[in-house]
This record gives sequence, C-alpha cells and structure tokens, in this order.
Amino acid sequence: MLDQDLIQRTLAAALRTGGDLAEIFVEDRASSNAVLDDGKVEHLTSGRDRGAGIRVIVGDTTGFAHTADLTPAGLLEAAEAAAAAARSGGGGVKEVALERQHAPRPHEVAVLPETVGKGEKVELLRRADAAARGAGGAISQVTARYGDSRRRILVANSDGLLTEDDQVRTLLSVMAVATGDTGMQTGYQSLGRTVGFELFDRYDVDQIGREAAERALLKLSARPAPSGTMPVVIGPGGGGVLFHEACGHGLEADLVAKGASVFAGRIGERVADPRITLVDDGTMAEEWGAFAVDDEGSVAQRNVLIQDGILTDYMWDLLRARKEGRPRSGNGRRQSYKHLPMVRMTNTYVLAGPDDPEDIIASTPKGVYVAHLGGGQVNTATGDFVFGMTEAYLIEDGRITEPIREGNLIGNGPEVLASIDAVGHDFAMGSPGMCGKDGQGVPVGDGVPTLRVPALTVGGTA
Amino acid sequence: MASAPTEPDLLALATRVADQARPGEQVEAFVARSTSTSVRAYGGEVESLTQASTSGVGVRVVVDHREGFAYAGTLDEATVQEALEEARDNARYAEPDEFNGLAEPDGVAPAELDLWPKGLPEVPTADKVALALDLERATTGRDPRVQGVRVAMYSDGLGEAAVATSTGIRVWDRAGTSYLMVQALATQDGETQIAGGLSVGRELEDLSVDEAADDAVLRATRLLGAAKPATQRVTLVLEPRMTATVLGLVGGMLNGEAVLKGRSPFRDRVGEAIASPLLTFVDDPTDPRSLGADTYDGEGLARRRNELVRDGVLQGFLQNTYTGRRSGTASTGSAARGVSSTPGVAATALAVAPGQGSHEELLATVDRGLLVTSMAGLHSGVNPVSGDFSVGVEGLMVRDGALAEPIREATVASTLQRLLLDIAAVGADLEWLPDGTGGVTLVIPDVTLSGT
Repeated sequence: MLDQDLIQRTLAAALRTGGDLAEIFVEDRASSNAVLDDGKVEHLTSGRDRGAGIRVIVGDTTGFAHTADLTPAGLLEAAEAAAAAARSGGGGVKEVALERQHAPRPHEVAVLPETVGKGEKVELLRRADAAARGAGGAISQVTARYGDSRRRILVANSDGLLTEDDQVRTLLSVMAVATGDTGMQTGYQSLGRTVGFELFDRYDVDQIGREAAERALLKLSARPAPSGTMPVVIGPGGGGVLFHEACGHGLEADLVAKGASVFAGRIGERVADPRITLVDDGTMAEEWGAFAVDDEGSVAQRNVLIQDGILTDYMWDLLRARKEGRPRSGNGRRQSYKHLPMVRMTNTYVLAGPDDPEDIIASTPKGVYVAHLGGGQVNTATGDFVFGMTEAYLIEDGRITEPIREGNLIGNGPEVLASIDAVGHDFAMGSPGMCGKDGQGVPVGDGVPTLRVPALTVGGTA
Repeated sequence: MASAPTEPDLLALATRVADQARPGEQVEAFVARSTSTSVRAYGGEVESLTQASTSGVGVRVVVDHREGFAYAGTLDEATVQEALEEARDNARYAEPDEFNGLAEPDGVAPAELDLWPKGLPEVPTADKVALALDLERATTGRDPRVQGVRVAMYSDGLGEAAVATSTGIRVWDRAGTSYLMVQALATQDGETQIAGGLSVGRELEDLSVDEAADDAVLRATRLLGAAKPATQRVTLVLEPRMTATVLGLVGGMLNGEAVLKGRSPFRDRVGEAIASPLLTFVDDPTDPRSLGADTYDGEGLARRRNELVRDGVLQGFLQNTYTGRRSGTASTGSAARGVSSTPGVAATALAVAPGQGSHEELLATVDRGLLVTSMAGLHSGVNPVSGDFSVGVEGLMVRDGALAEPIREATVASTLQRLLLDIAAVGADLEWLPDGTGGVTLVIPDVTLSGT
C-alpha cells in the first residue's frame, strides 16, 4: 500500500524531536451500497476513503494527526503535526528498521465485491423485497439494504512492526413495516459476514426478507410488554448483546484503568455462575468482528475473559498493555484512519452450558422469553444497562405463549452476571452489530446459548 | 492548522464538477473541508492531542429520473473525477422516479448569520491544552467525592462547504464551534457514578470551565446512593436537555421522508392537535443562538424557520427537494447530508417555544414525581414508526414539590403521542444544547415508572 522506505522515513520524522513510539496506520477503504425502499431501487452509492493516521507516544501523552494526502510531503506534514502534538522534549535521530510480519487470516475471501456487477447486487434487494411483501398482506413497507466494503490497512511502528490486512465485509438487511389494528409495527433481520459475495451462495436472501416480515406481523398481534421485575429467558443467538453491554465494556482495560468500570480490581474473583465462560475472539472465521490483525497491528486472538465464572482477564490495546508491561490482546481498534485506536471488543460470546433449553423454559412459571434483543447501552461505572427487545413472548406456566411488543430491559451487569441460573447447550451466534464507543463505530459479533436471568426489569406499559 | 479557508477554491472545485453535466443530465457536487483540534486531559497530563483536517466530495447525477451517487474522501482532482464517473454509472442501475431531480434556486434569501469564529483559528494550541487541563483540575477539585474523570476534553471544529449544481445552485459557507466536555466519576462507599458536563460556543471565550465542571460534579454526586424504585405511576419532570432529546425524536417523525414512506405516526395529522395546546415548537436554523444555525441546507437552498407544532396543532413536515416535490409541497430547506451520503431530511435547530415558570417553580407544583436527569437505550427503546417509547431512566424523585432520593435502573414506558398530549406544563427556562436543539422543563403526569 505504501513503499517501505517511505514508511520508515515517515516514522523517523515523527520521532525527530523524541518520543517513545511512532506509528503509522494507512487505510484504503472502498465501499458500495444500494437501497431499495418503497418498492424502488433508490440509489447506489460508491465510496472511496484513503489516508493515514500517525501517532507519536511520549510518556502518557499521545499526539495524533491524520491526512488524506499519502504523498511524501503529505505524510511528512502529518508526522510533524503528530510529533508537535506530543510536545516531545528530547531530540535525536532514530533509525527505524521494519520487519514485515504475516498474520494468519481467519479465512479466505472467495469473491471480492468489486468483481461483482452492480446489477447482481440490486437483484438481491428485489428478491428480499418480494419475499418480505409475500409474507403477508399486512406488510405495507419494505426497506432492503445491501452494503459491501473492502478495507485494506497497513500498520507500522518504530518498534519495527510492519503488517497488513485486507478486510472484506458484506451485509444485507431488511426492515419491514406491517400495518394493522395496533398501528404500525416493524421487523428487522440482517445477514453479515466478513466475506465477499459468496455469502449469497450460502445464505438465502428470501429468508432474510421473510424473517423481517414475520417479526413485523408477529408484533401486530402482540400485546404490550408487561412492566416490573421478572425472570427473563434469552434465546440462543438472540442475546449476545446482553454480555456485550452488561460486562464486555466493563472489561475494556482503558475503562478499567480509569476506575470507570465496576469490574476494576476483580481479576481472579468469582463474577458469575460456574456455568458461564465468556470469550472475546477476533479469530472467529467469517464473523462480523473478525480480522487478521487489529488496527494497531496485533494479531487477532481468542481471549477468555471469564472462565467457569471466574474473571480471568481484561481486553487490551497497545497503550494500556505497554503501560502495564504485558502483551496486547488484539483488541486495539479504530473506526478509520481519522481516529485514535482504543480497546474494543471483536466477537464476544458465552460458551454453551449444560442445561436443556426446553427444561429452562419449562421450569420458568411466569416470565418473558426474548428471542432477539435489540441494541443496548451501558453505564460502565455503575454497570447499569438497557436494551430493547425486538422479538419477545410471555412465558406462562412454563410455556412460551403470546408475543409481546416493545419495552426495554434494564438491569445491572455484575448483578445479572452473578444471578444467571441456567445456561443451555444450544449455542448460536447472533446478528452483525455496530458497537459505538466515544463516537467511534466498529463492527462486532456476539453469541449466546439459551440462558435465564431470574430477575430483570421489563419496562413495558401493561 | 490550515489557514482560514477562502471561498474560491472549494466553490470553484464544485462548479468544475457541476459544469461537466451532459445534455439531459443533472450534476451536483457537495464539497466540504474541515479542520479540528481535540485535547484530552487525564491525570494532570495531556492524554492525547489530535490535529486533523478532512475533506471530501459527494457527487450526485440524475439522468432520465435515475439517481446515482459516489463520494471520495479527498479533493484530489483525479479521484473527484472518478467519483463523477462512478455516480454516472450508479445512476444506470437505479430505477426511475419522476420526482428525482436536483434543487433549483427558489428565491428564498439566505439569513445573515455570523457563524464563523474569527478568533478561533488564531488561538495557539497551548491555550486549548491549558483549557483541557484546567477542566480536569476544576472537576476533581470541587467535591471530595469526585477524585477522577473518565475524560476531560477540549474540542473544536472549523468547516466550510460548497454546493454547485448544473441547475444553477452556487453556494458556499463556513462555520465553527468549540466545546468543553468532562465526565466526572463520583465515588462513595464503593459505589461509582459517572455524569457529564458541557460548555459549548463558537469562540474560545464562549467556553466556561466552571460551567462544565459544576454541571458534571452536580450530576455525578447527586446520583450517589441511587436505588431502584418501586413500580409506580408518577408525574415526569423532564429537564431541558431531556426535553430536547424527546423532541428530537418527535422531530424525526415530522420528517417528510418518513411521512411519504408511511413510516410516521403523524403522517395524516396536519392541522390536528398532536400535542397539548401548551406546546409550540419550531426548527429554526436562522436563529443564531442555536449551534445548529446554518445558512444553506445540504442541497444549497437557504435555511429557513419552519414551525412544526403551534399550540399543539401539527403545522407540517420538514422536506428536502425530493420529498417536497413528491408530497406536492416544496423543500423547506431541510436537506441534511455529509460528503458520503445523498441528502436526507432532518431538523438542525429544533426548539420549544418557552412557556411559563422556572424549573424550580414547575418542580414545586409536583406532589409525586420523577425529575428525569438521564435516559438510556433511546436507539433501541423508541420505535420511530409506531411511537412506542420505553427507556431506562435515572433521576431524582420529587415529593411535595421538593427533590428527594436518587433512583436508577428503572424504565419509563409510554408512546410519544401520549407523552405529547399529556404535557401539563411548559417551562420558560430555554436551554440551548450542543446538538443545536433548545429545550425547556416539561411536566407530564401519570406515566408508568417500572422498577422493583
């Protein structure tokens, strides 16, 4: 992506006035999107973003500058701006010798998106639209979106690291609106993998459309969600966001170091039922949060965060790992070359447990069954979290009965984690997600088996 | 930092692209450039200092009523040219829509606004660093329970944008803002609460370290000891910033695009009462008090004042050129966009017309209520199509007109339609927020608060 000699010169320039570490992150991102809405292919969008972010670390201070100008002059200017920002004191010339490292890719990409005709991409949307509309006469609107991106990155630093990655993501999503006696209800379904267009050889676009429509139709006949505290059973694959929000963010080393996490200082302690093992895994082939190297050049890893209920480790980026004198964990990520990296999750999931999913429901006299959770949010300092339910049912006398609609779930991460009293043996990954932190969004995956939280607050109106 | 941008080069670039329109083709170029500085302080040191400049161009082509779009994150002429060719190619795959087409000059005069902070480009970086460090020091020096911050930050942005079309639009404008933001950590008996404080303005002199620090410290400390409340019906008292958040959601439903596609619960309600007669609200980007103030919209039309609800009655919807044409009205100058997207529709300066009474006077009228100081889960808990509303809340209980114990881990559920109709009091305490919205205290009786 960039000549090795130019990289070395840029890093040397960044350290000309001193500094502990200089890093250059180069990104070339090409994307295409198409939207079908209201029965029409509205427009196709193509985008190209290319540039470099340069940071210089001096003690606890980071200087950062970025540029879309990848010429030697443009890079030099950015390097000098980053160095000036770090207010580095000492001078001297530092030679930077780079050694290229090859990280294993989690999987191969068969069909690069740029090799596929636009007509073929648009055709997928028409099929998804038709399938959703065919699911029932009450479907009044359908929006189908197709998106692909190819993100090539190069990371080099003055410790001699030089590495590259080529990340391809493909996503199709459908939102359906159903209109009936209870007004308008929406249903959403998406399919996304870190692969190319071969995704659609393996997965059925019609099914995505149908599932979105079925969720909207189901909600038309749904009762308002109850309110109050009750047992909540979460279905396989539908509730990974619970762990992402309820404990994942609290295990990010940057938040832990600032005392902004309820999990600070708790390594080695029991934080959950022994049936719970929580993993963050950037190597998980094809999943939405997978990559070969993170945005600081660390090789992706599978990290066990909670082992049999015991908190074993946090997630780390370069800055925090350097400070603590420990290895990084492959969790240093950034939205683009315009952003500083920080600790982020990848694919976060709970391993399957010992319990029979049917027994879990049967042993719950009264509560809520959540097949799919929506987006969520957490206050890492208190551990309090909120998330929505996009498909949920009442549990009455140990059976799943009527669908319910809308209503958030609210709880406290450490309390929920400690209280989970059943973990099914039916693990599944969930839908592709976008995680936001300090204004930066990165793609993430999650997964869970069926599990039960004995007491969560359901914020409905009934 | 780049020197203060000047008009000709951006507008000239946009014009060069638009002028390449072929017979039967409409071409629009939206070109933007911005610079920003951001300083984060932590532990008495500069944690990070970012100097950034970004630029880009979005090109839209309409031919035979088909629309195509492409963007590039650079102003490099060859890449911009590629974007034009890509947009042309993309148009071939879109379906024709008789209402597609670029904006045309509509004769509305642009407001005379002074949005450019003349002093800001001249401020030395060292002064910005000093502000961030002061902010952290001020926040941790006010209350023994506040010993740390998650972040203390100074940030500013200076931006310019030009729009040129083959239909005769040629506009350019620039604006800048700066802000201070701190998240304070308050700790007591092993419990930690986090809350943010802000100070926003255009020039550096508009910013107040004390204002941001006081706000964060008050908000974090008053939640210490918060417990989950019992499930009950309460009168909600929304702080101005909470009101702004809720009205932002309503504003999204008064968007002509959502209305056309049958996705707004208010779509057939123009001329009807959708809110309490006490409520009037407008989207007025020509009001210079709003940080969302703007001279031109994303299609190059003059921004204008749009009254959305007057005395509870719905007046109309916000429109861009496409939605205006298709709905048989006209653009309200509400096209919203960045370089990487086609114009959508959005409010930029929503504000409630102030009513009667201060925040304290309104609180004093409440026998049994909840002062809501933060809401969580809005993106998952509010359905913009149905108006169903269920969010996590934190705040202080109100008893006999006085603030009582703090609560957390509770939810409030209703519908936005219900909340609007039930408004029982609108305060006079208009507060402008960083996102450009203006809120006042609202009192809404008889809402379900779910806790234990």
